[in-house]
Amino acid sequence: MESYFSILFTEVYKILFLLVPVLVSVAMIVWLDRRVWAFVQKRRGPNVVGPFGLFQSLADALKYIFKEIIIPASSNKLVFVLAPVVTMTLALISWAVIPFGEDFVLADINVGILYLFAVSSLGVYGIIMGGWASNSKYPFLGAIRSAAQMVSYEVSIGVIIINVLLCVGSLNLSEIVMAQQNLWFVIPLFPMFVIFFISALAETNRPPFDLPEAEAELVAGYQTEYSGMMYAMFWLGEYANILLMCAMGSVLFLGGWLSPIDIFPLNVIPGPFWLIFKILFLFILFALVKATVPRYRYDQLMKLGWKIFLPFSLFYVVLTSSFLLYFDLLPGK
Amino acid sequence: MKISRLLKTIFMIDFVTGLLIAIKETFKAKKTINYPFEKGLLGTRSRGEHALRRYPNGEERCIACKLCEAVCPAQAITIESKERDDGSRKTVRYDIDMLKCIYCGLCEESCPVDAIVQGPNFEFATESREELYYTKEKLLENGDRWENILAANIKADSSHR
Repeated sequence: MESYFSILFTEVYKILFLLVPVLVSVAMIVWLDRRVWAFVQKRRGPNVVGPFGLFQSLADALKYIFKEIIIPASSNKLVFVLAPVVTMTLALISWAVIPFGEDFVLADINVGILYLFAVSSLGVYGIIMGGWASNSKYPFLGAIRSAAQMVSYEVSIGVIIINVLLCVGSLNLSEIVMAQQNLWFVIPLFPMFVIFFISALAETNRPPFDLPEAEAELVAGYQTEYSGMMYAMFWLGEYANILLMCAMGSVLFLGGWLSPIDIFPLNVIPGPFWLIFKILFLFILFALVKATVPRYRYDQLMKLGWKIFLPFSLFYVVLTSSFLLYFDLLPGK
Repeated sequence: MKISRLLKTIFMIDFVTGLLIAIKETFKAKKTINYPFEKGLLGTRSRGEHALRRYPNGEERCIACKLCEAVCPAQAITIESKERDDGSRKTVRYDIDMLKCIYCGLCEESCPVDAIVQGPNFEFATESREELYYTKEKLLENGDRWENILAANIKADSSHR
């Protein structure tokens, strides 16, 4: 019994050690997103609360906590309440397998990338539940759009991951990073990196693919009926997902915690910092894209996903595998 | 032409150009002011919070003619008057409901003695609706507080009247 509690305690301690920084960085990343957006448009962005406005998101969260939660009378209340919880939980549990350094990972499981992929596929349930349970037209339309969009782009992300796996020969995320010691995969697999980036935008419902919450036509999509802390949870889950996609991109293509070149001033910086730099770099790209690109039409989005990305990434799988086979570079030999 | 268009699409030239422009714009000077710490220029005719002015000897300017009450399109002004002991007509009540007011400036324009004016203050948010029902005391206090600016604005604008 005592050992059971001690294990539970150490595990909870580890989980908190991971989750608290993730949640804090989600709050910071919202601020960064708004700041980058403002800077591109030559505005100042939030700069009043705290130094450079860093605590703006915390102030917003505080405001959300004190707001009233309105549950529509015609909604399915259990599902309605459950939806933001599901979104947030799924966004956070994926972080368990992200390696922040050598042997610095919460759950070093063999099928890490499969786990990530499975959990991010489940993410669509939160949105569908929210949209359906609201029992209102805009949330429902938003949820349907979002489901179709996320499923389509998941397919091409899956094929892109196969490309990486062909070069590594393992599903373990730490091994994927270690396989990039000599050459980051972004160089040989650059087209795949670009497609991964664009698919990640679609997967996380970011502009230019923010059709589920296209405010011009769908009010706020599946979030329309939500208010107060429940809305904030959707919002946190969304940004946690974006951050996760950035982390996934850095692990798969940008060498995770590895420094760009193994020379003196760079390799003394600890691994987690390198991963954070890479995540920040990808996130700033996300924010810049949000500020530059206009929203896609829905049929264009579907066409891009199914008719261009999927065939092209399949073609690249064939290309990668034949290259590896021809030059006898297959891993595990 | 068509091939160049296709190549442009494949290599996402337009997209990358746009991104580079966005990055370039990021480092340019801001077009907005840093509002709570830095304020924009206000004209002499800016119509903000109301104030009732006094003569330099401390006498209220308002003669209770009720022109402002009559002209107010939102019917935000309520005036009650009474004859004072020295025979002059003065207001006993001068209320403006700042929530009804549409800040059109007609009261200021109709006033024959420049008593009711709209000052340069536009930051008078409150925590309750009741606080925005301004009474005569509040309006006179505003007048005392902003008198320098109000007098200067009226003087600067006098040639156009």
